[in-house]
Amino acid sequence: MTDQPVPLSAAPAGMRVTRPRLRRMALRAGLYAMLAGFAAFYLLPLFVMVTTSLKGLEEIQSGSLVALPREITFEAWSKAWSGTCTGIQCEGLRPFFWNSVAMAVPAVILSTLIGALNGYALSHWRFRGSNILFGAILFGCFLPFQVVLMPMARVLGLLGLAGSIPGLVLVHVVYGLGFTTLFFRNFYVTVPGELVRAAKIDGAGFFRIFASIFLPLSLPIVTVTVIWQFTNVWNDFLFGVSFSQAGSQPVTVALNNIVNSTTGVKEYNVDMAAAIIAGLPTLGVYVLAGKYFIRGLTAGAVKG
Amino acid sequence: MAPILEIRNLSKTFGETRILRDIHVAVDPGNFLVLVGPSGCGKSTLLNCIAGLEAPSGGHIRIGGRDMAGVNPKDRDIAMVFQSYALYPTMSVARNITFGMRVRGIDRAVQERKLAEVAEQLQIGHLLDRRPAQLSGGQRQRVAMGRALVRDPMLFLFDEPLSNLDAKLRVEMRTEIKRLHQQLGRTMVYVTHDQVEAMTLATHIMVMKDGAIQQLGTPAEIYRAPANIFVADFMGAPVMNLIPARLRRSGGEARLEIDRPGGTPIVFESTPLPGPLPDEVILGLRPEDITEAGRGGDGPSETVECRIDMVEPAGADTYVVSSLGGRPVTARLPPDTAAEPGAVLPLAFDLSRMSLFRPKTGERLN
Repeated sequence: MTDQPVPLSAAPAGMRVTRPRLRRMALRAGLYAMLAGFAAFYLLPLFVMVTTSLKGLEEIQSGSLVALPREITFEAWSKAWSGTCTGIQCEGLRPFFWNSVAMAVPAVILSTLIGALNGYALSHWRFRGSNILFGAILFGCFLPFQVVLMPMARVLGLLGLAGSIPGLVLVHVVYGLGFTTLFFRNFYVTVPGELVRAAKIDGAGFFRIFASIFLPLSLPIVTVTVIWQFTNVWNDFLFGVSFSQAGSQPVTVALNNIVNSTTGVKEYNVDMAAAIIAGLPTLGVYVLAGKYFIRGLTAGAVKG
Repeated sequence: MAPILEIRNLSKTFGETRILRDIHVAVDPGNFLVLVGPSGCGKSTLLNCIAGLEAPSGGHIRIGGRDMAGVNPKDRDIAMVFQSYALYPTMSVARNITFGMRVRGIDRAVQERKLAEVAEQLQIGHLLDRRPAQLSGGQRQRVAMGRALVRDPMLFLFDEPLSNLDAKLRVEMRTEIKRLHQQLGRTMVYVTHDQVEAMTLATHIMVMKDGAIQQLGTPAEIYRAPANIFVADFMGAPVMNLIPARLRRSGGEARLEIDRPGGTPIVFESTPLPGPLPDEVILGLRPEDITEAGRGGDGPSETVECRIDMVEPAGADTYVVSSLGGRPVTARLPPDTAAEPGAVLPLAFDLSRMSLFRPKTGERLN
């Protein structure tokens, strides 16, 4: 032992500078490794789908599932789009894809517009029983698809829309209204009522106030609603299979027919290409409007 | 001249709750009526009834001699300025101001001309292309006024338009509104909970409480002769002194007697009381009616030695607080007063300006 006092504080003080930094970097690295792992895990099926769709049938049968294609061919894609058989018809996905477009676009536009009008009326033009009505509309969100199949089939039959694309549009509009009304109502509740009163004194009526003041405010919530509705309508299988017939089936039903009703050799490359084609539009909507999605979900009060 | 606004027997109920009752008022052309009262007194509801944004449960409203029952807000020839300004957030200032004219389909050239006039009048010409979110509170307030002015209505309605501004801006805009009123000579109805705003702006004040009119009169009447203790207490800053007092009767005459802490009661000997009065009253005196004795006291007054509890210099005046009848009593003294806490000072009470109230009901007795 020496007489020299040990500098108790000096050494740890010097280390204190580096140790937390090291720890932070290690944490960062761990975090990114974990995120990368999750991303890989979720991307793996897509990877398999894309590589398989680009392989020839022989290569699929002989090679490994996760191997990259030795020779890239787009044959499966063109067959899936315009040549493969869905049951007895062999025109590929193309006609069904356009069926889906013809169904989804009007259904999304109509349900968004009507939902906006509903939400506006329910939040700023309260009437006797408006809360009960909102509750009833909200209740529609919790009804499972299966419950409405029978009554909906009856209604479509009575309207003469059974088995048609307009029939499917109607089904999706009605089923989507609960959600779209909820979205818009909750968004519009944050708009100050004094705006409506000021506009009334300025001479504007119900629709003028909606069009001039509320709609221009609505971009964030319109984006949310469009993504939500488009994804649901495009991806829907149950209504599509229940309320369509030969000429009006949406792409999801056709995809099922391609995959499940082939005879002989199973063309995995065509199945994969068809599945990707069927999923592309929803992916596209997310890429185009995704950045507004979170913003719209978290959008709050409007500053006057 | 016929009144611009005439309200008779107006009442409003929400379910069981009475928001307004027995509202009677007539506002002559060019007058500035301020509805003032604590929050929840029904003043904003009354304004909304005048605007047609809420339907009254009973009674009549006439604007420009025309009965307003069932008439839409837009057809009432009114304009309104709101507390939150209520500017349309996605429209530029210019489009905010012209929105009403566009809805009415007024000729574009006329729109432009009126917009330019109003922008000139309010000095907001440089803001016309901006959005409301890019404006300061005071600028938004001006735009909101511009939207009302461009309408050129028979009747202007203001719903607490200055409440969201900071103190300095509030005083500026108050002056601005007063100037506009004098320039335009238009009839205005203005809601506020701020009695200073009411006093400075109004030609007539209506003090409200619990949905009923407490007093309707000119600012001077309301200030000098409040109709009851509520009005006396609500209007004026610092508030009116309200001192419990007894009547000492001898012979045919009565004198006021007030308890003093640790001393004999004060009797105001030289001031005979008017008319028949109850044995107990509340004496109301404004701070400026109690001054330092022997300093510029022009009228007849009663001098009382008072112990000073507190001295509050306020720049132009110094307020001293004493205690009488178990209540703090504030006197307004010149700023160079020698008053000190704890000292005894002779204070002159100018009883010619007193108000007397009945303690139980609060009603005015003299």
